[in-house]
Amino acid sequence: MNAPVAVTPEVVKDHGLNEAEYARIIELLGRTPTIVELGIFSVMWSEHCSYKSTRVHLKKLPTSAPWVIQGPGENAGIIDVGDGDVCVFKMESHNHPSFIEPFQGAATGVGGIMRDVFTMGARPVASLDSLRFGAPDHPKTRHLVSGVVAGIGSYGNCMGVPTIGGETNFHSSYNGNILVNAMCVGLAKADKIFYSAAKGAGNPVVYVGSKTGRDGIHGATMASAEFNEDSEEKRPTVQVGDPFTEKLLLEACLELMATDAIIAIQDMGAAGLTSSSSEMADKGGAGIEIDLDKVPQRETNLTAYEMMLSESQERMLAVLKPGREAEAERIFKKWELDFSIIGYTTDTHRMVVHHKGEIVADMPVTALSDAAPIYERPYVKRKPATGTPKFDPAKPAMESLLRLLSSPDLSSKRWVWEQYDYTVMADSVVRPGGDAGVVRVHGTNKGLACTTDVTPRYAKADPFEGAKQAVAEAYRNITAVGGTPMAVTDCLNFSNPEKPEAMGEIVAGIEGLGEACRALSFPIVSGNCSLYNETQGEGILPTPCIGGVGLLKDVNRMATVAFKRDGDALILIGETKGHLGQSIYIREVEGKETGAAPKVDLALEKKNGDFVRGLIETGRTDTVHDIADGGLLVAVAEMAMAGEIGATLRVNFEADKFIPFLFGEDQARYILAVPADQADAIIAEAKAAGVAATHLGFTGTVSASGAPALDGVGLPAVTVAALKATHEGWLPAYMKG
Amino acid sequence: MKSAVVVFPASNCDRDAAVALEQITGHKPVMVWHADSDVPDVDLIVLPGGFSYGDYLRCGAMAGQSNIMRAVKEKSEKGVRVLGICNGFQVLTETHMLPGVLMKNAGLKFVCKPVGLTVVETQSVFTRKYQAGQRVEFPVAHGDGNYVADAETLDRLEGDGRVVFKYAANENPNGSARDIAGILNEKRNVLGLMPHPERVCDPLLGGTDGRAVFEGLLEALG
Repeated sequence: MNAPVAVTPEVVKDHGLNEAEYARIIELLGRTPTIVELGIFSVMWSEHCSYKSTRVHLKKLPTSAPWVIQGPGENAGIIDVGDGDVCVFKMESHNHPSFIEPFQGAATGVGGIMRDVFTMGARPVASLDSLRFGAPDHPKTRHLVSGVVAGIGSYGNCMGVPTIGGETNFHSSYNGNILVNAMCVGLAKADKIFYSAAKGAGNPVVYVGSKTGRDGIHGATMASAEFNEDSEEKRPTVQVGDPFTEKLLLEACLELMATDAIIAIQDMGAAGLTSSSSEMADKGGAGIEIDLDKVPQRETNLTAYEMMLSESQERMLAVLKPGREAEAERIFKKWELDFSIIGYTTDTHRMVVHHKGEIVADMPVTALSDAAPIYERPYVKRKPATGTPKFDPAKPAMESLLRLLSSPDLSSKRWVWEQYDYTVMADSVVRPGGDAGVVRVHGTNKGLACTTDVTPRYAKADPFEGAKQAVAEAYRNITAVGGTPMAVTDCLNFSNPEKPEAMGEIVAGIEGLGEACRALSFPIVSGNCSLYNETQGEGILPTPCIGGVGLLKDVNRMATVAFKRDGDALILIGETKGHLGQSIYIREVEGKETGAAPKVDLALEKKNGDFVRGLIETGRTDTVHDIADGGLLVAVAEMAMAGEIGATLRVNFEADKFIPFLFGEDQARYILAVPADQADAIIAEAKAAGVAATHLGFTGTVSASGAPALDGVGLPAVTVAALKATHEGWLPAYMKG
Repeated sequence: MKSAVVVFPASNCDRDAAVALEQITGHKPVMVWHADSDVPDVDLIVLPGGFSYGDYLRCGAMAGQSNIMRAVKEKSEKGVRVLGICNGFQVLTETHMLPGVLMKNAGLKFVCKPVGLTVVETQSVFTRKYQAGQRVEFPVAHGDGNYVADAETLDRLEGDGRVVFKYAANENPNGSARDIAGILNEKRNVLGLMPHPERVCDPLLGGTDGRAVFEGLLEALG
């Protein structure tokens, strides 16, 4: 691709800039921009980089707490996890590239988020991936699932970072616009954190990692527009990943970080050299001057425009203390990586770019950040869906259970996570398939509980309650393993912000997140927004995905979903009114996506969560599962399947309450298995604490032939083996075609 | 027992191996860089799992040509024990220190899961602490673990008692010939296996079945 040299109205439009934005550029520069400058403005002012539609609303989110060391605005968020350890984490979307080229799109999504974490001095210790695909019968879905999963595996496995959790769901609204949200969690020492603010003038700016090529040019701009039929033509804007080089870059960076040679460091992610150089200068209150002739290049005759906009992967920009260049170079050469001093910081507050002896860009750094446009887009808040869907109370519940367990959303995702190395690093104490994944803080007994959650069908019915529910669900999943929820990262996947109704979903969603995070002391420390998830005018379900991190004081006091012993008592925590609106049951069994989304009572979430966590921390239960998609009976079945131990539900209900009780999706609920002789005491304690608790049944049921089985009042016995066969069967069979 | 762990670019189980060795033997292993030409005087050399040099060529092929592997080969010829796990096993076949090759998994996909193994042979320094026929469970995590060799080689390996670990019935994750999971060289001082014993040395990580490999080495080598 050869960049055009003349800046015409046509060229401006092709860069995704409107007339008002272009006029502002001319005003800021005092002249017409060069083509390189136009390209730089185009990416830095893109929705993806500037958050121009969401910034005014994101300000409403709670981002601080005594344990938050770094909130949004850096490469990743940081929280204090005690004893001088800090946890660095972030989630980011790679939706558009993954639809166009699933393997590379997903792989580089993983690579990008890992760089965000290790650029701050942390070793990545866990990965999670929240994936949303189109309807299973859509002709592209199988190909996309296969490519995305293989891509994530290829990158994460080579990096040697365990993938310990995530989600995989299907819905027709994602047919033309899948979601790939990758989260990375890392660990560092509190006195070894690295930031991106390039303070001071005259310091060397070094480029390390891979060479620059022509891949990914304008990726950020692509991610800021709707898709149409020609989107496949954008394949060249998708980057190509090289996890081997990234692994070397990780080790080399951590080795350099063990010294005190670095002033600032930032990875080259979206908008590559442009964003890393301008943001570092801007945050440090400095200027920067770089010479593109010094940039290591993979191809010949790269133009300045191409180099500034390339999104070639596995590259970092660092500002060193003067005189430390040789020491740094030795480390990068040892790891066989490119190392080049490409410029210096200045005190001019300008970004100046040289190429072949000419100045190709010279602009104030604040023009790219503070002066970037901010929009208060008009929005309309839709009235939330209401009502309780009708259902047939005579439908046999056990048959419905089998149907739910084999439905695309609830079926086992083993086919996915067995392609990810989840045991490398030898600290994964809770593996995929449970509520939250847990990795031990290496060399200690502490653990980090990590989860990704959102229920998009709730968010569609009621964007505010749906966003609250995503936070509450993350809170519950962390609580269910015994973790104290600490902080979250978010990936706000929405459709076109220029449509008032879609913008209304964004605004209500952000408000819901804010309310839930405040009430649960679960601040947001990092994240991103992915807008324009729309193809040919059809938007996705609003998908505000939450990545939660919690802390376990002692991984020996932990709970998992699997039943562990025969004869335990089952206790239901939380109140069951039988909320069927927007439930999986109504969708899969009655064929409707209707009704009100469940309301989330945040005070109740906190009270019930604190009670359950207390029981785990004091060693009184080691078996906990939160009740989510599919409701109570699905949760019990999941616990039985995980432990290969049966159970009996002995609750008796009137006929019309039976289905809502078993399949309703009321919030703030958990199921616990506890020693039978403790059940009464625990229920009494719950009541004293104002927590609803019900003795639901017991574990250890076997069928007539002696096989573990699930049964209950009004529930004919089904063997756990039969549950497993149907639960495990759907995805592998689907992927075989 | 003194040990060394070789670090290739993009080895990623080097730390896991070092942690298991230190926990069980009480001594930190020496970490040896791939570009070095010498291995220090040790009783055991571990070639860890990972994606050496990215494994963009055949897995282990580039590592097989490294400086350090010439030195490892010389040491092994003098009787030093060598344990190659996963990518380390692939490196051992690429250097012909072990026969056969590791092809892409029969299912064509990377596979990570705990698998049942049968300890076939206990007459080795690596498996002396197990009972013959004992079932153990180690995790696998590989894309290229499908062991292939000609019939004559397979017969010889089995006849000589050099197949030490087999995948349990119906648990072969990769299509390996005769369910082979781990083999010895002729002198029985080099073991290569695809499953990861170093990841099951801690009850919190799903079992301790792997400990006996290192305990046996410690007992034999002091």
